[in-house]
Amino acid sequence: MPGLGASFGRGGATGDLQDLSNADVIVIQGSNMAECHPVGFQWVMEAKARGAKVIHIDPRFTRTSALADSYVPIRSGTDIVLLGAIINRVLTQERDFREYVLAYTNASWLVSEDFEGPEDLDGLFSGFDSDTRSYDTASWQYAGAEEDGDEQEETAESTESESGHAMGAGGASVDHESIRRDETLQDPRTVWQVMKRHFSRYTPEMVQEVCGIPTDLFEEVAEAWITNSGREKTGVLVYSVGWTQRGTGVQYIRAGAILQLLLGNMGRPGGGVMALRGHASIQGSTDIPTLYNLLPGYLQMPHATRHPSLAAYVDAIKGANQKGFWGNADAYTVSLLKAYFGDAATAENDYLFDALPKIDGDHGTYGQVMDMIEGGKIFGYFLLGQNPAVGSANGRAQRLGMANLDWLVVRDLVMIESATFWKDAPEVETGEIVPEQCRTEVFFLPAASHVEKEGTFTQTQRLLQWREKAVNPPGDCRSELWFFYHLGRRMREKLSGSTDPRDRLLLDVTWDYPVHGEEQEPSSADVLREINGYDLTSGELVPGFTALKADGSTSSGCWIYSGVYADDVNQAARRKPGREQSLHAPEWGWAWPMNRRVLYNRASADPEGRPWSERKALVWWDEDAGRWVGDDVPDFEVTKPPSYRPPEGATGVAAIAGDDPFIMQSDGKGWLYAPKGVVDGPLPAHYEPAESPFRNTVYTQQQNPARELYTNHLNQVHPSPPERGSEVFPFVWVTSRLTEHHTAGGMSRYLPYLAELQPALFMEVSPELAALRGLEHLGWAHAVTARAVVEARVLVTDRLAPLRVQDREVHQIWMPYHWGAGGLTTGDVVNDLAHLTLDPNVHIQEFKAGTCDVQPGRRPRGAAVLDLIDAYRVRGGVTMSSGSVAVTAELLHPDGKDRGEQAMAGATGTGTGHRAEDMEKVLSVRHDIRSRPGDPQQHGVPAVVIDDDPDTSLEGS
Amino acid sequence: MVPRTVSPNSFSGRLDDPAGNAGYDAPPPRKGFFTDTSVCIGCKACEVACKEWNMVPEDGIDLLGMSYDNTGGLGADSWRAVAFVEQSRPVGNVTGPFAGAATGGTSEALQQETVAAGLDVFEEASRLGTGLPEGRPVADLAAAATGAPGAQGDGCGCGAGGGGCGSAPPAPAGTATAPERSGQFLGMPGMLAPAPLPDREGRQDVRWLMMSNVCKHCTHAGCLDVCPTGALFRTEFGTVVVQQDVCNGCGYCVSACPYGVIDKREGDGRAWKCTLCYDRLGADETPACAKACPTESIQYGDLDELRERAEARRRQLHDVGVTEARLYGEDPDDGVGGDGAFFLLLDDPEVYGLPPDPVVPTRDLPSMYRHMAVAAGAMVLGALVSGLGRRS
Repeated sequence: MPGLGASFGRGGATGDLQDLSNADVIVIQGSNMAECHPVGFQWVMEAKARGAKVIHIDPRFTRTSALADSYVPIRSGTDIVLLGAIINRVLTQERDFREYVLAYTNASWLVSEDFEGPEDLDGLFSGFDSDTRSYDTASWQYAGAEEDGDEQEETAESTESESGHAMGAGGASVDHESIRRDETLQDPRTVWQVMKRHFSRYTPEMVQEVCGIPTDLFEEVAEAWITNSGREKTGVLVYSVGWTQRGTGVQYIRAGAILQLLLGNMGRPGGGVMALRGHASIQGSTDIPTLYNLLPGYLQMPHATRHPSLAAYVDAIKGANQKGFWGNADAYTVSLLKAYFGDAATAENDYLFDALPKIDGDHGTYGQVMDMIEGGKIFGYFLLGQNPAVGSANGRAQRLGMANLDWLVVRDLVMIESATFWKDAPEVETGEIVPEQCRTEVFFLPAASHVEKEGTFTQTQRLLQWREKAVNPPGDCRSELWFFYHLGRRMREKLSGSTDPRDRLLLDVTWDYPVHGEEQEPSSADVLREINGYDLTSGELVPGFTALKADGSTSSGCWIYSGVYADDVNQAARRKPGREQSLHAPEWGWAWPMNRRVLYNRASADPEGRPWSERKALVWWDEDAGRWVGDDVPDFEVTKPPSYRPPEGATGVAAIAGDDPFIMQSDGKGWLYAPKGVVDGPLPAHYEPAESPFRNTVYTQQQNPARELYTNHLNQVHPSPPERGSEVFPFVWVTSRLTEHHTAGGMSRYLPYLAELQPALFMEVSPELAALRGLEHLGWAHAVTARAVVEARVLVTDRLAPLRVQDREVHQIWMPYHWGAGGLTTGDVVNDLAHLTLDPNVHIQEFKAGTCDVQPGRRPRGAAVLDLIDAYRVRGGVTMSSGSVAVTAELLHPDGKDRGEQAMAGATGTGTGHRAEDMEKVLSVRHDIRSRPGDPQQHGVPAVVIDDDPDTSLEGS
Repeated sequence: MVPRTVSPNSFSGRLDDPAGNAGYDAPPPRKGFFTDTSVCIGCKACEVACKEWNMVPEDGIDLLGMSYDNTGGLGADSWRAVAFVEQSRPVGNVTGPFAGAATGGTSEALQQETVAAGLDVFEEASRLGTGLPEGRPVADLAAAATGAPGAQGDGCGCGAGGGGCGSAPPAPAGTATAPERSGQFLGMPGMLAPAPLPDREGRQDVRWLMMSNVCKHCTHAGCLDVCPTGALFRTEFGTVVVQQDVCNGCGYCVSACPYGVIDKREGDGRAWKCTLCYDRLGADETPACAKACPTESIQYGDLDELRERAEARRRQLHDVGVTEARLYGEDPDDGVGGDGAFFLLLDDPEVYGLPPDPVVPTRDLPSMYRHMAVAAGAMVLGALVSGLGRRS
């Protein structure tokens, strides 16, 4: 979560759920918390019972709205305008918590003279290169640090590389000693003044115009948030995948983070940014990542060319003159290598750093899928706990990709659609997949469920909770731990004696977990001990990450989890009931880092170490005891006094001053302005979603110019104004979840008790849209995009209302995405509607705002589905280049540039690059039935048609 | 202790100790549920937990279209059922989400339909933002808020006229003013879509009521009173439970329940309903539904304490402006002698599908017997008279 990482230093929710009950205002935006996090929602209800105001901002009135004090309908994809307008109000009316802002944020830092923002460049930040669709960040730096531009972000490759995710546990590096500041905030180059200018056009009127929120409702939200923040009061912001699953999601989070910093809500009781994770242990699977670009503990994955040695790798993380705990990156990395390779890793062989796999570009999920479609690069695929045939964006591309493999291993509880696509995918009906000819050999391995294996979950608030095995898994079902341990064991046996250098990694890795029972199940506790880490000289478990060393004398499988097995006690298995301890329940489970529940809690005290107010006291400096004390584990060196100032030349931990609460940040402060760490702008700016029925009112620039595109005939994007054709897809669709089902349905559609609660796929529409399109309650309707057509039962409800935007009425429809071909209740795959346009920081798809048409009745069957989609493509002018031009100004004023070329510039044709020859290859790929000669979308790159260019109208073509 | 005889109160009226009245010596305090619908988030964890614990079978995989309620009420195979009611009405203390200029039909198609419906769009528009439908005085809302029966201008109290309520049948377009249109609406959750077009201007507000319904475990339980086999019995906790091995499936209990809770299971024939997790109670465990409820909407405990807690909650809600909050089934003097499982509601009981004034059928037994005795006496007398007359 680089939005949080760049702002505060760590990419996790900043507090615990219980702390919500301390809030005076709770703003829930981009989250349907009551439905998707019902257990955590009890603390919202607790806060409400104590008098807090709960505000829910969402396109749709949900079960969360039903329990909120205020519900604010918003057009999906416009949150930055709303947040920006509140920020603007705080800045212009000086309603910020000034002492907090001056002491704990970079408001007074001076920004480089070279920086220009959207105010100057009509929607772009300085440094944009439309040929590569990426920013050179040199001009974004602090004054005096211009040479410090992030090398990773200077190249086109960077937008698809690993820079974003690496902010998970620490901010980007900056030379803190060269920073200049103006405490009066008057210098026009201060972050404060730069922000003030940047947000000046975000006004209540703009909110009404863009978001469809009337000004009085805006007034209510803004005032509730501002007046319930400050010295005596705090407010918390809650978001979830309604913000992250977007092409500009990281900037939404940045906007929320800026507001919370300005209002002084960070690190304080009842404050913070509560990032609710998508499902069970998703936090855990970024901490100990299932991501291609990270090693455990948010250490970035080594790059093949940038990190030729361990020293080069570590130096790249530490940066020059950087403050904070990343200064010890060498200790974390070496301890990780010692955990991986044991005695084989020595100082002489660079701790086998060169045996680690390296990356050289975008190897993200969606890029891989494109490679699979193209063929010849990816031959096999492991699927664990994932059902991309249903859950991933553009399911059609997913399934056609999987149908082009040699082998596919699916481990799941039930026979999910990703294991059966070769015989029951929608593409079988259309003739695109012929079961007899599908080349993919599928191996289905039954998996043990969470009650049939032991281990930990790391949930939303970074809390590790140990769970026991309740029953033995039935039949051949086995845990993931069993599967990977024995897979590795067998591979090592097969490779034993090999001298091939490529086998070194597997043969040197420590693979000595004790097993037990008839099934030879490895010990989960032993794995957790390895993660915690050992002092290798004594064989004792280390007490925490501060004990890790860079000399090879310690090991730790994940430095941020170090301490989870301190004192040889499984700290994650502690279950002292909440009623027997304080609100933060420090003896229930274990939270990283070091069991701190509220991050940055040093900021709950003023610069001198006294609580800002008695009502909001959490951690404070006890002069007599000479240490930080309070109700939570201090997120600060316990004995470092508030008066501490680092000596000149200090780096790392020693450089953190006594009033630097953001200890993972390279300058110790919360970042209102992010000179690094976010690749699509140091400040959030509003762009319309990649597909929108509206022209951007805020800037000329229509979409996020740095968005990632996968250009492929299966992944065509609808035109948005000023291109013609958006009128063919006039409605906005949003997909998300229901309480009653679990993500892609593998754990719910097959269970009668859950299937009966939401027994059919449905589409929520307003009575107005129902009247407009002749939809009947409980009847059928189908939604159409250039990717798919999906049918669903109609639920007409007052909970959806059309909004007035730019003096037009816009209808939003909503569908849950849990259905597929299997289970007790079946239905179309809703995420097939989605296109793959990704956030450049985190490669996340846009599920929350696409455009579509809706028509009554059931969809066509068989190949007629493709004809319908084709008809829409032709009418809407959908091509491989529509909606794809990076810079809107260039689209309007081509200056001799061919529009098709513009659209394809920097677009990612395949997962591994965008070189011309790759592009041609992509364009020439044809899929059986799709490659009918004469279809316009199959012919290279037709011209983009602009609204003010009527002579090139596609009407009637 | 001397065995007690059946109390004169056992058919109806106030009865403080139903377990003792049923013959238990020094029974534990009466247990029950207080379901606070003002904090229910409609997650249905109660339904699933109940089914898991009690091994209640699946109840049909059918989309009902009653908002998010696909259970369709209580029955033999659904012992907890969450009702969802969508209304065009604000919760007492909050701003209407759709108030103001943000919404409303101005598209050409809608305007045409409005004109076709015979409405004066300017007149309608003049009411925008007031949140009040035509012909609905503010005093009515105030009366509705007090919960006084019969004080409301329309049947559902939804403040939107007949069609505005999420469950109201669509009124014929333009045929009547709001109060007249609403006359036919009985307030029960239905399977119909929300307001048809003529009422859309009334949609300044929307609220979504959720309530987890359950067997009421009445003080005077009609089901128990009519059970001929003794399968239904009063437990030491004051709850009412069916013994499945004794039930003969006669079905008397089904018609005797004033709430329509107990039902016969298809293919089984026997009557089933909530046991208030009798087995868990015996082990001093919280019933499954209450245990699973994340927001403490379902509270389990000693009934006396729950009643105090409920009254405090009702007062708290009134203090913050949610004046429509009222308790249902907590009154020991009501037609069933008070419920062991009672509720805090945000609207009239009918809106949730609950009877407004439930009465145990056996309440009328004494008077029925009196009438029967009189009738029998009259018959005997008549027979005697006629016999005597013939003889004479």
